[in-house]
Amino acid sequence: MTKAMGRIGVFICHCGTNIAGTVDVEKLAENLRSYPGVVHSVDYTYLCSEPGQSLIKEAIAGKGLDGVVVAACSPSLHEATFRRASEEAGLNPYRCEIANIREQCSWVHEDKAEATHKAERIIQAVVEKVRLDEPLTPLKVPLTRRALVIGGGIAGIQAALDIANSGYEVVLVERGPSIGGRMAQLSETFPTLDCSQCILTPKMVEVGRHPNIELLTYSAVLEALGYVGNFKVKILKKPRYVIVEKCTACGKCTKVCPVVVPNEFDRGLSCRHAIDIPFPQAVPTAYYLDEESCLGLFPLVCDKCARACDAGAIDYDMQPEVVECEVGAIVVATGYELYPVEQTGSLGWGKHADVVDGLEFERMLSASGPTGGEMRRPSDGKVPKEVVFIQCVGSRDPEGGLPYCSKICCMYTAKHAMLYKHKVPDGQAYVFYMDIRAGGKGYEEFVQRAIEEDGVLYLRGRVSRVFQEDNKVIVWGVDTLSGKEIEIAADLVVLATAMVPSQGAMDLARKLRIATDEYGFYSEAHPKLRPVESLTAGIYLAGAAQAPKDIPEAVAQAGGAASKVVSLFSAEELLQEPITATIDEERCSGCGICVPVCPYQALGLDLREGRVKVTEALCQGCGACVVSCPSGAVQQRNFTDKQVLAMLTAGLGMEG
Amino acid sequence: MRIAYFPGCTLSTKAKGFNDSARDSAKALGLELVDLEQWNCCGATFPLLTDNMLDLTGPARVLISGRQQGGRLVTACTICYNVLRRTNRVIRENEDGREKLNLFLEAEYKGDLEVLDLLQVLRDEVGFDKIWEAVKRPLDGLKVAAYYGCMVLRPPKEVAYEEDPENPCALDDLLAALGAEPVNYPYKGECCGAYLIVKSPQVAGELSYTILDSAQRNGAQLVVTNCPLCQFNLDRQQGLMGQRHAGFQPIPILYFTQLLGIALGLDSGDYGFEKHYIDPCSLLASRNLIAI
Amino acid sequence: MRVKLSSEALQSDFVKKVEEISGQDLLACNQCGKCSAGCPVAFAMDILPSQVIRLLQLGEVEEALNSEAIWFCAACQTCYTRCPRGVDLTRIMEALREMAMRERGDYLDIGAIPPEELAEFPQLAFIGGFRKYTS
Repeated sequence: MTKAMGRIGVFICHCGTNIAGTVDVEKLAENLRSYPGVVHSVDYTYLCSEPGQSLIKEAIAGKGLDGVVVAACSPSLHEATFRRASEEAGLNPYRCEIANIREQCSWVHEDKAEATHKAERIIQAVVEKVRLDEPLTPLKVPLTRRALVIGGGIAGIQAALDIANSGYEVVLVERGPSIGGRMAQLSETFPTLDCSQCILTPKMVEVGRHPNIELLTYSAVLEALGYVGNFKVKILKKPRYVIVEKCTACGKCTKVCPVVVPNEFDRGLSCRHAIDIPFPQAVPTAYYLDEESCLGLFPLVCDKCARACDAGAIDYDMQPEVVECEVGAIVVATGYELYPVEQTGSLGWGKHADVVDGLEFERMLSASGPTGGEMRRPSDGKVPKEVVFIQCVGSRDPEGGLPYCSKICCMYTAKHAMLYKHKVPDGQAYVFYMDIRAGGKGYEEFVQRAIEEDGVLYLRGRVSRVFQEDNKVIVWGVDTLSGKEIEIAADLVVLATAMVPSQGAMDLARKLRIATDEYGFYSEAHPKLRPVESLTAGIYLAGAAQAPKDIPEAVAQAGGAASKVVSLFSAEELLQEPITATIDEERCSGCGICVPVCPYQALGLDLREGRVKVTEALCQGCGACVVSCPSGAVQQRNFTDKQVLAMLTAGLGMEG
Repeated sequence: MRIAYFPGCTLSTKAKGFNDSARDSAKALGLELVDLEQWNCCGATFPLLTDNMLDLTGPARVLISGRQQGGRLVTACTICYNVLRRTNRVIRENEDGREKLNLFLEAEYKGDLEVLDLLQVLRDEVGFDKIWEAVKRPLDGLKVAAYYGCMVLRPPKEVAYEEDPENPCALDDLLAALGAEPVNYPYKGECCGAYLIVKSPQVAGELSYTILDSAQRNGAQLVVTNCPLCQFNLDRQQGLMGQRHAGFQPIPILYFTQLLGIALGLDSGDYGFEKHYIDPCSLLASRNLIAI
Repeated sequence: MRVKLSSEALQSDFVKKVEEISGQDLLACNQCGKCSAGCPVAFAMDILPSQVIRLLQLGEVEEALNSEAIWFCAACQTCYTRCPRGVDLTRIMEALREMAMRERGDYLDIGAIPPEELAEFPQLAFIGGFRKYTS
C-alpha cells in the first residue's frame, strides 16, 4: 500500500443494538480490512465510552494511523468526542471523520443484508474523504464580550442582570416605554401571593441603575447580522418626545392632555392620555408621548404638555435614531400574548363586557388597575357575587384553537378565584376544568387552599356556551364527575385563554435567523438537554417566548441563558471551525458572483488584484460560494470537489 | 333569474303554505323557482353510518336531477338543504363512496352541483336592501323572533352560510328589512326536538317550550322559522306547554316566507294559515297586515 | 359490581365494530364533557352523552346499547360542532342505535303508531323517526 493511500483506521460501533440490530457490524469490519488505504478495521459495542475511545487512541499510536473513520451515530452527537480523542493521541482532529450508519442507515432500514451493504458504502465514501482531508487548525477569531438582550420582561431582566453582574456589558432592548413586561401587569403571583410589582420593581430598578446595562426602551431591533461572537446589530430608538433625564414623572403633562385612548396596560379596561406613563414604577421613570394618538406633531397641533412641563422635558423635535452596536451573544426573551378569543364565539368574549380574559382580570384585581383593586364588573360597576372561571380556553383544542396546554392557567385561575374570594367573601367562585396541572413547588397545596379555605367549587368539564340574559351571563357547562349538566347565572366570567408568542415574534425570528415552531415559539436546540440555546450559535432563549411557562421557570431559564453567555465570554479566544472557503488565485477571474451569495459577507472583490478574497474569520463554512463559482475557483477546505466526487464514486460502488 | 327548485315532500303537502309563500314572494322579487322535473324524497335525515350508502341514493338522485337542470339547486325546507349539502360533500370528497354510489345511480354524478338555501339566495343574490325597497306593507316594528333551528347552522363547516354560525343573523336581517323588530334571544339555534316528537312528545315539547319561553321573555310577539318540522313542533306542542307550564301564553309560529309575502303586499289567502294550531290571523289582522 | 377491565374487554370486536360503523376514533375523546354541556336533550337522558363514549372506552358496549340516552339523541350536531377533538358523537350514537336494532329489532313499532298521529304529523317527522328508530 502506497503512502498516498494513507493509513486509515475504521472503527465500527454497535451502539448496543441500535446499529448492530440491523447491520452486521462484524462482517463490515472484516470487509473493510481489504479496502484500499485501510490498515485497521474493528468493531466495538460502544465507541463513545472511555474504553471505546481508548481503543481508538491505542490504534492511532500503535499502528501509526494517519486518518480515522468512526462509523457510528450522527456527527452532531459525537464528532467532537472522537476528534478530541484523536487529538489526544496525536492525530490532527480534522483527519477524523464520522460515517453515520445509524440515523442514515440502521434506524431507517429493516432488511439486514441491504442495510449492511449500504453501511459499507457509507463507510467507504467517508474513507475517501479522510484520505484527502487536510490537517487543519481551528481559527482564532475576535470575540465581542458584550451581550444583547431582547425583551424587558422578567426573563430579559434576569438574564441582563446575571450577565451584567458577571462583569460584562449588556444592551437591553425593550419595545415598550418601560421594562417589566407581563409581570408588571399582574396583581399577585402564585403560590406566595406576593404583590407582583413589589417583587419585580427592585429588579427593574437594579437594571436601570446598573453600570453594565445600557437600557434602550421604546426601541426595536432592526437587523442582526453576523454570527456568534461577532454580531452587528442595528436598533431603532423610537422618539419618546420626552427627555428621560429631565422628566421628573410629576404627571402635570398627562393632566392637560386632551387625548383619551384605551389603555393597553389595562388591556382596554381604562383609558390613558397620549402622553402618559404605563405605570407609576416604570423604569425608566419617565413619561412617553405616543405619536399615533397625539393630535399631531408634524405640524404641531397642540403643545399643552410642553407648556405644563416645569422641567422642560418635552421635545417635539425628537427624531428616531438608529444605533449600531457589536455584541457577541444575543438572548431573546420576548414573552407572550394571550390568544385572541374572537373565534370561540360560543364563549362570548368580545361580545359581552362581563366576559374577560386572564390578564384583564389581573388588572381588575390590581390596586393600580382600572377599579383601584375593588372587585367590580365592567358592564355596570356592580360587585359580582357569582363568578365563573373557565380553564382551557383556546388551549387543548385542536379543532377550534391550539392543541397544546398553556401550563399556567390552572395555577393562575386558582389564584384568581382565591383573590376574588378575599375581596368578596360572600361571593361564590366556580372553576370549570379538565385537569388540574399543579406540578410546581407548593402548587398542589395552593390549589387545595382555594378549594378548602375559600370554598371555590371546582366543576370537572368544559363549557359549551356562554350568553347574556338580562344582566347575567349564563354559562352552560357540565360536571362529568357527578354526571350532571350545569347552568350558572354568573355576574362575571373569566376565560383562561391560551398563551401564544408575543406579536412580532416570527418577524424577529426571521431577522435573527433562528427557528420557530409552527406556533411561533422559538425552537430550542434540544427539547431535553439544550433548553436555553437556539439552533443558531450565539443566540439563546429565555422565558415564555420559547414555550408557555411560569415566572420561576422563566427566571431559571434566564439564568441558564445568562450562564451560557458568560461561559462563551469567559473563553480566552473564540475558536472557529477551519472548514472555510479558499480561493485558487489562478482560477479566480474576479467575476464576483460568489460575493453576494455569502450570508456572512466573508467574500470581497479586490478590484486592484482583480480577484475575490476570503475573510476567514467571517466564513462559517456553509459552502454556498463553492456552488456559485462557475470556474471552481472557490473550494471549501475538507469538502473539495475532488473529495465529494471521490465520496460519490465510492458510495455508488463505481470504479474510481 | 331562474333557479332550479326542490320543494321536498312535506312542502308539497302538509306544509304547502311554506311552499306557496316561498314561490310567491320569490317571484315578486324576480326570482323564479323552477320545480325539478323529477324528484324524490331527500330522506329527511343525513345518514350517519359510514357503511350506509343505500340511504344516500335518495338524495343523490335529487342532486343528479338538479344537475341536469343546471349548476345550482335551491330548497326552502332546511332539512332538505342539510341532507343535500352533506350528501353532496360526501360525493365530492369521498372517492370510494362516490364510486359505490355511482354503481346504483342512473347517471354518473361528481358532486358539482351547488346546493343553496332559499334564505341564502335572498340574502346574497336578491339582497336585503332590494327587498326593503320592495316592501309594500312594512311590519311596523312587530317584534319577531327568528328561529333558525339546527339544519342551516350545523355542522358549520358543511352547511353554514353564516359568518358566525354560533351567532346567526341572516333571518334577523331579513326581518329588519321587512320593517319588523328582530328579537334577540339566546335560543335561536337550539334544537326543537325534531323527530323526537315521534318517540316522546313530552321531551320534544320541553325543548320547544324553552325556545318559545326565551323568545317571549325577550318580547317576541311572533316567531318565524325555516323548517316544517320546527314549525310543527313549536306550533302544535303549545297546547301541551300550556298544560305543563302555568302562565304560558300562546304565540303564532309562521314560516319566514309567509311573513315575507305579506310584507311584499302579496295575497296571503292560500298561505295555509288555517292549518296552524295557534292562529296567526288575529295578530296579523290587528297590525293591519292581512284582512280577515 | 366492579367492572373487570382487561385487554380483551377493551379491544373487543364489539368496540371495534362501533368504531368501524361510526368512523370515529373513540380514544380521541378525552372526556372533557363539552358535548354534554351543550346537548339540548341531555336532561332527559339516563346518562350523559360523554358518559356513553366513556362506557365504550371502558369496553362496556352492552351497557351503552342498553342506555336510554342513545334514543333521545336528536342529531342536532351541537356536540360535533363544539367538540375540541373533532369527535362526531352523532355518528357514534347512530352506530349504537344501529347495533342495538340489528341485535334486538326495531325501536319504533310502525304498526303501533296511532292513525291520528299519522294523519297529523308532517312526513318529515316520520321519515326521520323511521330512519333513526328502524334498521
